[in-house]
This record gives sequence, structure tokens and C-alpha cells, in this order.
Amino acid sequence: MLGRTANDLFWMARYMERAENIARLLEVGHRLTLLPHDGGDAEWRSTLRSAGCEAGYLARHGVVDTRTVVAYMLLDRENPSSVLSCLMTARRNARAQRTAVTRDMWEALNSAWMAFPAVAEAAIQSNELPDLFDWIRDRSALFRGALLNTILRNDTFWFTQLGTFLERVDNTARILDVKYYVLLSENELVGGGVDSAQWAAILRSVSAHRSFRWVYRDAFKPWHIADFLMLNPQMPRSLRSSYAEIVAALSGLAASYGAMAPCLAMAEETLGRLLVSDMSRILQSGLQEFLQDVIVGNNRLASEIASAYHFNG
Amino acid sequence: MKSTVAFDEMRGSGKGKRPREPYRAVAAWVEGQPGAELRRKSAHAEQMFRRTGITFAVYGAEQASERLIPFDIIPRVIAAAEWRRLAAGIEQRVRALNAFMYDVYHRQEILRAGRVPADLVIQNSAFVPEMMGAEPPRGIYSHIMGIDIVRTAENEFFVLEDNTRTPSGVSYMLENRETMMHMCPDLFSTNRVAPVERYTEDLRATLESVAPAHLDREPTIVVLTPGLHNSAYFEHSFLADRMGVELVEGQDLVVTGGRLMMKTTQGLQQVDVVYRRIDDDFLDPLVFNPDSVLGVPGLFDLYRAGRVTIVNAPGAGIADDKSIYCYVPEIIEFYTGRPPILQNVHTYNCRRPDELVYVLENMAELVVKEVHGSGGYGMLVGPTSTRAQVELFKKKVATTPEKYIAQPTLALSTVPVLTDEGLSPRHVDLRPFVLLGDKFRLTPGGLTRVALKKGSLVVNSSQGGGTKDTWVLEE
Repeated sequence: MLGRTANDLFWMARYMERAENIARLLEVGHRLTLLPHDGGDAEWRSTLRSAGCEAGYLARHGVVDTRTVVAYMLLDRENPSSVLSCLMTARRNARAQRTAVTRDMWEALNSAWMAFPAVAEAAIQSNELPDLFDWIRDRSALFRGALLNTILRNDTFWFTQLGTFLERVDNTARILDVKYYVLLSENELVGGGVDSAQWAAILRSVSAHRSFRWVYRDAFKPWHIADFLMLNPQMPRSLRSSYAEIVAALSGLAASYGAMAPCLAMAEETLGRLLVSDMSRILQSGLQEFLQDVIVGNNRLASEIASAYHFNG
Repeated sequence: MKSTVAFDEMRGSGKGKRPREPYRAVAAWVEGQPGAELRRKSAHAEQMFRRTGITFAVYGAEQASERLIPFDIIPRVIAAAEWRRLAAGIEQRVRALNAFMYDVYHRQEILRAGRVPADLVIQNSAFVPEMMGAEPPRGIYSHIMGIDIVRTAENEFFVLEDNTRTPSGVSYMLENRETMMHMCPDLFSTNRVAPVERYTEDLRATLESVAPAHLDREPTIVVLTPGLHNSAYFEHSFLADRMGVELVEGQDLVVTGGRLMMKTTQGLQQVDVVYRRIDDDFLDPLVFNPDSVLGVPGLFDLYRAGRVTIVNAPGAGIADDKSIYCYVPEIIEFYTGRPPILQNVHTYNCRRPDELVYVLENMAELVVKEVHGSGGYGMLVGPTSTRAQVELFKKKVATTPEKYIAQPTLALSTVPVLTDEGLSPRHVDLRPFVLLGDKFRLTPGGLTRVALKKGSLVVNSSQGGGTKDTWVLEE
């Protein structure tokens, strides 16, 4: 496989995952503004921060309100992480690699890209944003389903897996990083109040508000949420689960190429750390430091992968 | 304007209402469909093309920058006997053209014999002097060709143009068939239509058969594209995908240690056959256009040394130049010793003084083309042009006659297309796709291009032409 192909597949998968994550973040942000304790622009600011869009947004817009933030994160072509930009970039990468992308994947991606601007405009006009967020998640699921059902289990698959799960790690870590203060609260996860809404929102942003209750049946603490999203092996969006997929993909590459790259050892080390960590120790040594380490390490892993597999020739 | 009645391929030129034999089942099928049903199928087909991304790029606007070539749902049908004759004529023609190329890049017998003017070849911008004495595998220069054919009567076929450089359109031929089989399966159970899907296997076999000699492994083949923004990019990726080979750009290739290598995820890997979809000029900046970033420095030297095969060979354009076209009948006789099976359209060569006079006097009835033009640009269709347009063209031709040829305006055959007002005849041509390597391989049918504007004779997609599925019936 060409190095350029691997690069395009990796980023195609990253941007599809990002499009979905942005929609999830917006969904939660939007939901919090509907609650009686609406935190005003603070909520939208933290959404922008989680998405890594705050600086770009503030450079363009003076006010932080629902209409402007939603338009910026959904449809702004100048914002490289808007859902529209993500779909465009993912599609451009897929189009450049039509030979590696299956027809089902291409059709799922291409039809999403074709329909999105009109669907988004209509939803904004008619004020039916929740429908739109569902739509984006459906399309992302369709793409991912097509990928899992049709792609050859060779390097094509492994590079798309790497893109998907590196992006997912980044996203989950950022959500926790921005909301970490909520998780340090000593309150029980019951009753009303701002905190409770925030906790629910974090879980909702990773589609886990119901599964969480099944996993943590007894009285739980806010930091259980952090545990669920970071260390739980059952939770498919947790850092640990994502790193298990990353290690599997890098091992798959090593096996099919008959050569071990240094990035595999790096990923195994991170996975090992997540396996042996427990939440009380992490909280002791600092949740935010831990998350920052994950984000930085994840970026370093991405560039190690790019150089090991000649993404740039 | 001369009134010529076009041959209707479905109804024939007679007065009878009965459809011609090859079209009988199609005509019955069309009549059996409620009008709205055909239009629904047609809209559905367009949706399918758009979803699968079968588009051609147009430079400029963003979302609109990928357009569909319109597809018409009524198939074009060729009888088995008609096809046999076409196939024989095409094989004779492409073998002769390749013999011609071998000759002009070696001993130049045909020029010495005075059968083709030497300056026409030597001074031609499509002639690549760097190719003199080169020995391409099997002596073939143009392995992948498209021969444009028009029909004017029941038994009258003419070759309008040869495409020996990088003919495109074959992906439309294949996707048109896919779409038709998906949309109208009943049509294929009542007609015995020769399949076309072998094309990509044939292409791969052809490319493998011209790999450099003495390889001790299966040859590695790549398709070389100028990139995403090229108008035929879809086709490039389509062909690479169907053959199971890498689609590369110049930046993915490098010449090192006397070998052509591609940059893969596992380091450098040797490449043996390059099916290039970039022009000669851009192949190698060390030999041709020094500003080219699309090609690979050092590629041409490797080719000359027989270390890699370039398909089609550099310099293959000399066989499809419009000024050479007039001489193709002579070329066929010269190399095969037989008269051509397929005729050329009579062509006036404006560089000959007597023919120039005729062209200037009769321009309103002629089609005038630039020798180096393509895609339907820079041409005049006399009968459908205004007096002012004709006068303007006369001035151009009189100033630089060597740049122009002219042909009588042919009454191209028609096939019905589906319009808002029901079926209506439109002019068509035909581009069969030819492969030449260890064997001559010809896919039954080809791409039918159709002028969707009523009365128009220009079928090029850049000028609003569309395409049809093209059937060769088996006996």
C-alpha cells in the first residue's frame, strides 16, 4: 500500500469519527441550554473548548450564543472541525483512495456529504436540532457499519481503525479534561442541581447515560463516571477500550508486514498503564495531569505511526 | 443547408413502422412501459450515478465542480453480424497504426516511400524524437485505444477519429451496463447481450503481457494519474480498483538505483508497468516539460533501458493526429497489403492548395476541425452555424490552413432518447475500446455518446453530450 494511501485512510476515519463527536458535543451543549440552570455562554464555551475550537471561534465571533456556535460547529467551512468540514475532508480522502475504500463505504460517506448541508439548514430553520444530531450519528453509524462489514481485514482496515480510535481517545480525553472539575465533586450522583445535569450530559455525550447505570449498580460517585470513560473495559468509548483497539490494529500491521514498529511498543505501554491504573490513585496524583498526558501521548503516537508507515512518502 | 435524412437505428430509414431486427425486443419493452415509469427509472439511474461518485470534475465552483455525464436509459443495439465486421476492421486498423509507429520510430520506410509526407510526421508536435530506436515490448506503442466510429446507413460505418494516446470513457461503458442491469433486469433476460465486464481483466492481462522481459516474479502494475482534480480521475481510480493495482501520482514514485520504485507503507517497492494517464509532456521533467510536477524524474531513461514499460508508449500520439488521419487508409494498405475494411470519413486536408480552395468555397456545408483540437472545442459545424461564424472561420483557415482539416457534414445515425416529451431521435457515435498486447482484445460494444440537444451533431461530454448503454447481441 502507498504511504499516501495509508495517510488518507487514517484521516478519512479520523474525520468521520470527529464529525460524529462534534455532533455529540453539540447535542449535549444544546441540551444543557434547555435546562433551568442554564449556565449561559459558559456551557457553550466549554463545548467549544472540548472540540478544540474555542480560539478559532473567538477570533471570528464576539458573542457566544446557541445560534452562532451551532452554525460555526456545523456548517462553517472556515472551521476545519465543523461537521461540514469533517465530511468534506473525509470525502476528499476517500475519493483520493477510491481503490481502497469499498463501494458501501463510499456510498455511505458520499450520500452523507451530499445531503448534509440541506438537512442541516432545514433543521436550523425549523429549530429541530435534536433530529439533526440523530441524523449525523445515524450517518456515522452507517459508514462505520459499511466499513466493518465490507473492508478487507488487511492494512486498509488497520489504518482506518487507527484513525477512528486515536480520534476517539482524543475526544473522550478532551471531554473529561474540560469537565474534570465536575467529576471531582464529593456529592452523590442523585438529586437535582447543576452538577447532576452536568454528569448526565457527560454520559450522554458518549451515548452512555443508560449503560452507566447497568455497570455501576450501587451508589456511585461522580468519579465513577471518570472510571467508566477512562478505565472500564466494557465501555466501547473508554480510553482503555480504544487503546485495546489501537494495539490490536498495530499488532495486525506488525503481523501482516512481518515487522514490529516502535509505535506498537508505545501503544502497548499506554494500554498497560490504563490496565493497572485505578481511579483513586489517578485522582490523587491529579486527574487533569493524567488526561493531559493521555492527550499529548496520543498525539505523539499519531506522529510515530505516520513516520513508521511512511505516511508522507 | 443540405437536407440529409439520418438513419434511425431503431426504426430504419424505410417508411415502415416496424423496428429493425436488433431493436425489436427493446422497442417492445419501451412500448410496454408506462411513460412515467421510464422517467422514474431514468431519475433513479441519475441518483445511482451520483451516489457512486461517477462524475467528471469541472474546474471552478465547489459543489458543482463534479458533474454527471447524462445517461440515457434507452440502450443502443448492434447486431452480431454488424459487430463482426466492425471488429475485423478495428483490428486491422490498430495493428496497422502500431506498425506505422514502429516504423516512424525506426527505419521510416513509409516516409521514404513517400506514402506519408515526412515533414507531417517529423515536424509534428506529437512526434517524440527521443523515441527513435526505442524497443517497446512486443513492438507495441499503443496498447489501449479508442476508435471513434459513426454510422450513416444500414451498412455504412466510418472511422471518425483514432485515439491512441490515453482514450477515456471506458469506466462509463462499464458503469452504464451495471446501471442498466440493476434498473432493467427484465431487458437482459429477453435479449442475449454480450457482457462487457471482462474489460478490466483484459486490461490487466494486456498490461502484464508487455512487462519488461526476464522478470522472475509477477509484474507490479500501477495506474499513474495527474490527481484528484483531473477530469477523468474517477476513471483512473475505477480502473486501478478493478484491476487491483495501486493508483499512484508522480509524488508516489521515485527512480533510484536504476529502478522505478513506489513509496509504500513498508518502504520502497519496485514497479514494472506504468499505465499512465498523463500526457507525454509531463512524464519526465528531465526529458520533457521541465516544469512538470506530475511525472517522475528519470522515468524515461529507465523506459529506454527496458527496465519499466510505459503504456501507452511516449510518442503514441503520432498515430492519432488529425493530419495523419487522412493517411490512415494508405497506412493500412502499406503495412497489411490489403484495402481497409473500415473507411475514413472523406477528409479535406487544408494544407493541400486545391482542397483548401474547396473548403473555403463550401465551408457552410462542412465540419471544420483544428488538427490538434479535441473535445469538440475549436470546431465549426457549418450547417448549424451562422453566416458570421462561418466567415470568421474562413479567415482563420485562410491564415493558417495547415492547422485545419474539413469533412462533409455526415448525417450521423440516430437512436431514440427519453425526453420530457417522450422518445425522440438524437445523433450518436460509438467508441469501442481496444486492447493490444499478447493478443488483440476488443470489448463488445463500447461507449455510445449521444448529442442530447435536438439536431446537434456534437456528442462530446464537454459540449452537453450524454451516454447510453451499448449492446452487442449474441447469436
